[in-house]
Amino acid sequence: MKTTETPAPVPAEPGTPVLKTEASPGGLRQGKKEGTALNVFSHGVLVIWAIMVGMPLVWAVMTSFKDDASIFGSPWSLPDKLNFDNWSRAWSQAHMSDYFLNTVLVVGGSLIGTLVLGSMAAYVLARFEFPGNRFIYYLFIGGMSFPIMLALVPLFYVVDNMGLLNTIHGLILVYIAYSLPFTVFFLTAFFRTLPSSVAEAAFVDGASHTRTFFQVMLPMAKPGLISVGIFNFLGQWNQYMLPTVLNTDPDKHVLTQGLVQLAVSQGYKGDWSGLFAGLVMAMLPVLAAYIIFQRQVVQGLTAGALK
Amino acid sequence: MQHGKYRFIVGFLAVPLGLYALFVVWPFIQSIYYSFTDWTGLSPEFEMVGFDNYSRMLDDDIFWKSLWHSVLFALLVPLVTLGLALFFSFMINVGGRKRKGGPVITGVRGSGFYKIAYFFPQVLSIAIVALLFQFAYNPDSGAVNSLLRGIGLGSVQPLWLGDPNLALWCVMAVLVWSTVGFFVVLFSAGMASIPGELYEAALLDGASRFTTFFKVTLPLLWDTVQSGWVYMGILALGAESFAVVQIMTVGPGGPDYSTSVMVLYVYQKAFRDGQAAYATTIGVALLLVTLAFAALVMKLGRRERLEY
Repeated sequence: MKTTETPAPVPAEPGTPVLKTEASPGGLRQGKKEGTALNVFSHGVLVIWAIMVGMPLVWAVMTSFKDDASIFGSPWSLPDKLNFDNWSRAWSQAHMSDYFLNTVLVVGGSLIGTLVLGSMAAYVLARFEFPGNRFIYYLFIGGMSFPIMLALVPLFYVVDNMGLLNTIHGLILVYIAYSLPFTVFFLTAFFRTLPSSVAEAAFVDGASHTRTFFQVMLPMAKPGLISVGIFNFLGQWNQYMLPTVLNTDPDKHVLTQGLVQLAVSQGYKGDWSGLFAGLVMAMLPVLAAYIIFQRQVVQGLTAGALK
Repeated sequence: MQHGKYRFIVGFLAVPLGLYALFVVWPFIQSIYYSFTDWTGLSPEFEMVGFDNYSRMLDDDIFWKSLWHSVLFALLVPLVTLGLALFFSFMINVGGRKRKGGPVITGVRGSGFYKIAYFFPQVLSIAIVALLFQFAYNPDSGAVNSLLRGIGLGSVQPLWLGDPNLALWCVMAVLVWSTVGFFVVLFSAGMASIPGELYEAALLDGASRFTTFFKVTLPLLWDTVQSGWVYMGILALGAESFAVVQIMTVGPGGPDYSTSVMVLYVYQKAFRDGQAAYATTIGVALLLVTLAFAALVMKLGRRERLEY
């Protein structure tokens, strides 16, 4: 945020040339003329979009505290009392706690795996010359742009033949594989920016390549690892297509598919308030993570796309 | 640095490359091979059938419907999303009036808040967003229609997702809603790196904000806009449209396949109908559409690169 609010360093002290030019008649008149009407309009649009973004979320939180009758009777009214039992019902009876645990296990495992394996590959590709380096790099990068769905049908049978269908560790391995393209792309660029003198010094001092990597380079790469880590956390936490295909056992469901399954079955049972509580439950951790790590999230998401 | 170098390289690359080859590259190659067979996916036996699947695909009305919807997704969703995002990020970063003592170029008041708030939907799972809007679109008790009733438009109560002519647009709107924030942040970062002197010069020449946007901001941001378009189009052809269409529309795929997209059709053919080979054929078509789309955007968008 800081970077955008202080653009080019423009001297603001009185008497500088810049201030004089600002007062030039042409610029000022123009500014005033278009100012008022356009400002009202553009502020209005900005506010409207903010409401459009915020309202569905507020509505979901509100609904999660209502009883079923008022959800259908008056969708926009405030809940007459806070029905916390919606939340406890969703957490225990609707298996949200199980889905939560599965998601934490899958995302935890694949996040660590993605970062370790991704940084290993990126380090080698960024700092060592060997035949095939470019080929392997582009092989990884290519994965960012092709439609996953094409690979999904045979992937199902690859995973099935290995006996990994409907297992947490199978899902972890697949998540890692599909997170590698962006991770390698991002971290290769990052490792290139790190000074090589430190690594060389460590190597001259007798550290092996492996030791140099884990004790010198990896700590230096921490900012990059955090950015790409948050990016992968959001992506893997929110993953829907891969578990839908590879993880059909209801006991192993992750949050997103658990909720969708719940919504389908709730159509018959009719516990809408519980379902909304579950929805909000799944939304809150990522919203909280985003607010806390807001700056890193933005850096992680934009760094790759801007390069 | 030579000692043990190759052993180290192999040691570090083996596992990541192995996983990637096994779960991403190999299935990808396999699927092209399977598209020439009559494999059902249910039994291990199959025969080569040449281009049978491809000719069947060309006669398949549902395939053409899905293709058309996917093309709409790839063209319209990025157009609206990027257009809105460009407008918002311009207002947020450049649109403000000069405040006394502040920098010449500044965003409107509260721009920091907008940037954080607009990004919210982006961190939510597309599956959760789809579920949320499925309720909101509910014709009887959903948030949208009761909002319309609340502001006196009780006579306007569309069926939204239940209306074959409306459902596709409703689903697209959800994708736009959830992605605009990402591009606002992306373009804001791009605009922040445009030197302030350029805006100052434009201001001195008496350029309006409208002119400033089209003559200064957009040309300098063009590369970012273009790669954003490709990125968004690929998402809209693939994973994102799968989730919204599969979760939100009945069937799934809408009444009479009115919202079906290629990814969903691949999924249904493979995992619902037991026609794995035919599914991979549609997958190959999807790959071709994706490549054609990326090439088209790159070609149409090519401009002289501006340096600053």
